[in-house]
Amino acid sequence: MSIFIDKNTKLLVQGITGRDGSFHTKQMIEYGTNVVAGVTPGKGGQTFEGTVPIYDTVADAVKATGANTAVIYVPPPFAADAMMEAAEAGIALVVCITEGVPVLDMTRVYPFVKEKGARLIGPNCPGLITPGASKVGIIPGRICAAGPVGVVSRSGTLTYEIVYQLTRAGIGQTTCVGIGGDPINGTNFIDCLAAYEKDPATKAVALMGEIGGTDEQEAARFVKEHMTKPVVGFIAGQTAPPGRRMGHAGAIISGSAGTAAEKLEAFRAAGMGVAQRPIDFVSLIRERLAKQ
Amino acid sequence: MNIHEYQAKEIFRRHGMPVPPGEIATTPQRVEEIAQQYGGTVVVKAQVHAGGRGKAGGVKLAKTPAEARELATKILGMKIKGLTVHTVLVTPAAEIATEAYAGIIIDRASKRAVFMVSPAGGIDIEEVAAKTPEKIMRLPVDPRYGLLPFEALQMGFFLYRDVKQARAAAKILQQLWSAFLASGASLAEVNPLVTTPAGEVLALDAKLVVDDNELDRRADMAALRDETAEEPSEVSARNANLTFIKLDGDVGCVVNGAGLAMATMDLVKYYGGEPANFLDIGGSSNPEKVVNALRIITSDPNVKAILFNIFGGITRTDDVANGIVTATKANPLKVPIVIRLTGTNEEIAVKILTENGFSAMTDMDEAVQRAVKLAKGGATA
Repeated sequence: MSIFIDKNTKLLVQGITGRDGSFHTKQMIEYGTNVVAGVTPGKGGQTFEGTVPIYDTVADAVKATGANTAVIYVPPPFAADAMMEAAEAGIALVVCITEGVPVLDMTRVYPFVKEKGARLIGPNCPGLITPGASKVGIIPGRICAAGPVGVVSRSGTLTYEIVYQLTRAGIGQTTCVGIGGDPINGTNFIDCLAAYEKDPATKAVALMGEIGGTDEQEAARFVKEHMTKPVVGFIAGQTAPPGRRMGHAGAIISGSAGTAAEKLEAFRAAGMGVAQRPIDFVSLIRERLAKQ
Repeated sequence: MNIHEYQAKEIFRRHGMPVPPGEIATTPQRVEEIAQQYGGTVVVKAQVHAGGRGKAGGVKLAKTPAEARELATKILGMKIKGLTVHTVLVTPAAEIATEAYAGIIIDRASKRAVFMVSPAGGIDIEEVAAKTPEKIMRLPVDPRYGLLPFEALQMGFFLYRDVKQARAAAKILQQLWSAFLASGASLAEVNPLVTTPAGEVLALDAKLVVDDNELDRRADMAALRDETAEEPSEVSARNANLTFIKLDGDVGCVVNGAGLAMATMDLVKYYGGEPANFLDIGGSSNPEKVVNALRIITSDPNVKAILFNIFGGITRTDDVANGIVTATKANPLKVPIVIRLTGTNEEIAVKILTENGFSAMTDMDEAVQRAVKLAKGGATA
C-alpha cells in the first residue's frame, strides 16, 4: 500500500520533449512507472523514444489514454497554465516539479485546481515515489526501498539524504512525498499526514520541515489531535538569519515568525519525536517501529 | 528582491497614490540644494535595504538647508545593519495629524494576497499584531475578482471615521493593489499612511518587495536592482547562478539543494562550529558552478575550513570533483578542505579526487565534525 500513487498510476508528462522532461521521463520509465502519454504543443502525433505517444493538449492526451496523473516539467512562465490545463482536463493528481513559479500565479492556480477537484503537489518539488511501484518526479529510485515508513518533506536533496540513510539502515518506505519549498503549494503536511494515517501499510511517518510559515506547527497540532501513528520531525534552518530567503522561496523567517525553535517546540508539545540531526531519524523511527 | 523607498514611491506615484515629492542625492552638496529648493523643514532618509533606519539614525529632520547638508554628511557613508548608505532621499516634512498602516502580504495559510490595515501606524506592525490584534483588519483578496470597491471602503472606514478620509483611503488601497499586481510584488507597505491637519490622506513611506520569480518576465522591475546596496559576495554569487548568503562563521559550506544546505549549516553548529555562509550550487551542477562557488567562499577572509556536502541525485558527483580539481589547480587553497560526496557516479568522483591528492568522505556527520575541527585548529594556529 501507499499514498497518492501506485501500480494503477497512468502518468502523463507535460513538457516531455524538453531537456529535463525527457531525461526524467526515461528515468521514470526505467523505474517501472506507467507513462502513457506526453504533451508538447506542436508535437502531437510524434512519439517519445518510439514508445510514448505525444499530444498537443492535455485534453487530447486524457481522452486517448485515460491518464489519471500528470507531472509538469515546463519552464516557470508556463507552469501555472500547465497546472490549470491538467486540472481542467480531469487529471486527479497534478505534480509540478518546476522551480521559480511566481507566487501571484499560485494565488490563481490554487483555487482553480481545488474547484476542479484535483490534488496538486508542488510546485518547486521533487515529486513522489512509491518504492517498487511508481515514481512521479525526480527522486532517485535507487535510494529508496519498500517498507513501513511514510516520508513527507519540503526539501529535495535533504529528503534524499534522509531516505538514503533509512534505506541503508534497512528501513523502507511506503511513499516519499516532496511537497515543495514555495510559500503557496498544492499539498501540505496535513494532507500527507492524513493520507498516511489512513494507509494501512504505513506504520510511522518521517516529516522534514524547514523555517518559514506555520505549516509545521499546524502539522504538529494535527498529529496531536488526529494521528495514532508515530511521527518524527526535523527542521532545517536552525542557523538561518531572519529576513533572508534561504534558497527556497518559502524558507524565510518573517519578523519573529517561522523560526526553527518555535516549530521544534510545536513538535515536542505534540509528542512527536524530534530528530536533531538527519541521522537521528534512523534510531527514532526504529524505536517507534519496534514498539508496534 | 528589495527596492529602495524612492523607487517604490515612484511606482506608487505612477499608480496615482498621493506621495509627497522627493529627490535623491549622493552628496551633501546636492542635499543642501534640494533642501533649498523645497524651503522649510525637510527629511533626509537613508536609502538602504534594511529595516529600522530611523532607530539607526538614518532618518533625520532638518530645519535649514545647512542643517540638511550637515546631517547628510553623517548619513551618507554610515552603515546600517552592515550596509553602507550611498544614497539619501530628501523630502519636505509633512505635517502629521494621525498615523496609520496599510500593507499587502502573501498569506501562506489562506494562499491569497491579504490586506492588513491598522489605525495604529508608524510603528512596527508586528508589535501591533502581537499586543493589540483588534487594531488590525485583515482582508484576503479573491484572485478571481481582485480588490472590490466595497472591500476597500470597509478598510477605509476601519481606518477613519470621517467619510471623506475613508473614501480617500479606499482609493489609495485600490491604487496600492494595482501597484502590487503590476510590480509582481510579494509585499507592499505604506507605513505610515498619514492624515494632515488639513484632512488630506498621504502615503508618507513606501516599501515594495518584488518576488524574485517575477524578474524574468518583468525587465522593468529587474532594472531597479541596486547592486551597490547588496553584499558584494552575494552579487557575484547571483551573477554565477548560485544562491549564497553570507554569515559570520568560519566554516565555508558548499552544498547542493537548499534544504540540505540549511541542514549542513545546522550540523556545523551542532558540532560546535559556526557556518560562514549558506551556498546552494543547485540541482544540475556543472564544474563551472563549483569553480565559482570556491572563488566566492575563499574570498571571505573569515573562512578557516571549507566543507563540501554533495548528495548526488541529479547532481553528478564527478562533475563536482572535476570542478574542485580545476578550481584548486588555478588557485591553490590556503585553507583545509573536507569533501563529502555520495550518490550518482560516486566511484568516479572518489577516483578523480584521490588521483589529485584529495581525500573524499561519504558520511555527512563525520565530514562536518572534521571541518569544524580543522576550522578551530586554523583559528588557534
